[in-house]
Amino acid sequence: MDFLRATTWAEALRMKADRPDATPVQGGTDVMVEINLDKGRPKALLDLTPVAELTEWSVESGNIRIGAGVTYTRIIAELADRLPGLAQASRTVGSPQIRNRGTVAGNLGAASPAGDSHPPLLASGAIVEAESVDGTRMIPVGDFYTGVKRHALASHELIRAIHVPVKRGPQYFSKIGTRNAMVIAVCSFGIALNAEDRTVGTGIGSAAPTPRRAVEAEAFLAGNWPAGDLDPAVAKRFGELVAAAAAPIDDVRGSSGYRVHALAVMARRTLGWAWQELRNGGRS
Amino acid sequence: MTTLTVNGTEYPLDLADPRVTLLDALRDRLDLTGTKKGCDQGACGACTVLCDGRRILACLTLAAQCDGREITTIEGLESHPLQDAFVRHDAFQCGYCTSGQIMSAVALLGENRAGTDADIREYMSGNLCRCGAYSNIVAAVREVARHA
Repeated sequence: MDFLRATTWAEALRMKADRPDATPVQGGTDVMVEINLDKGRPKALLDLTPVAELTEWSVESGNIRIGAGVTYTRIIAELADRLPGLAQASRTVGSPQIRNRGTVAGNLGAASPAGDSHPPLLASGAIVEAESVDGTRMIPVGDFYTGVKRHALASHELIRAIHVPVKRGPQYFSKIGTRNAMVIAVCSFGIALNAEDRTVGTGIGSAAPTPRRAVEAEAFLAGNWPAGDLDPAVAKRFGELVAAAAAPIDDVRGSSGYRVHALAVMARRTLGWAWQELRNGGRS
Repeated sequence: MTTLTVNGTEYPLDLADPRVTLLDALRDRLDLTGTKKGCDQGACGACTVLCDGRRILACLTLAAQCDGREITTIEGLESHPLQDAFVRHDAFQCGYCTSGQIMSAVALLGENRAGTDADIREYMSGNLCRCGAYSNIVAAVREVARHA
């Protein structure tokens, strides 16, 4: 196995063009598990940790552009007010040690349906900035996931950043696991309400071959926009529509039936929190 | 050639196979066996070390990624109050997870995460203890945090 170490972004792009078979690695919290357990032997690793440009985030036209090297720890500490959904999901990733190394870009690169950052990225309408020596492509995150652990990146492309819209209303994330730390999600759910244009975003994790939205549930809730007390019938229907959008399998972490049931519960629960926040004028 | 800086000492390292993790480099090349290998997949915390002052898992970090970084292992602590507190509070039984627990707790104190017992439990949740010394570990960390 070859070990390539890029020190600048331009060098990283050239290296990836020369070696499209190289697996990019940031914190290693996913790539290294595969290597240590000998589940895969990459022909080459492309270490991006020395690339300083990747460790920065900035505000760009209503979005936060999160560099591919920004860790979960920093998202929690620095962006929780503007990206509450992503920050909540980040708090559930692994452990403090994992969050000091792991990145959202790594979550996207691994493209596991169970990745914790996917539901809030889907719910808030994030965009993946992919780059190669040929130029930049902006990929809506809903188009990014193409299959189990598969994504829309070309073999010579790298993730430069993720553009996540600043919150325009309540955002919540919920995740089922066997304990409170260091668990891969049995299933997870994210909701983002846009109070400005009265639209709803959702994201389902670990309950289909890819992370996905619950489009019908979004349209239903947008048509029953929160006002007054939350009608239990609306909450129930929203939960049913979220569950109906899932296509889970039975595996070691949970059964298909349990996942569908749990998604309906999480959808109702997160909707309740979001509704309450709207009624409180933005305070959770 | 990679240079690992561990506990202030520089170690030149010839990594013919770049798959060598920081954990294996510490234990097998540098003979610093205080850092333990538990699960080798980032789930137990036994291999917790500090990299530029932040706690990381040595099993999920390539040695080659640590070129130019400052690594601190349990051998690099000089009679830290946490070590004394772990002994007095009987915060271990078999001791296998202990170096990881202590390195994690050292970082936790620096992060100001030891305000309440709930905080200590939450921010020590990346370190498993199969003997179940958790309550004594919390007591040891709490005591040092109060006197810090």
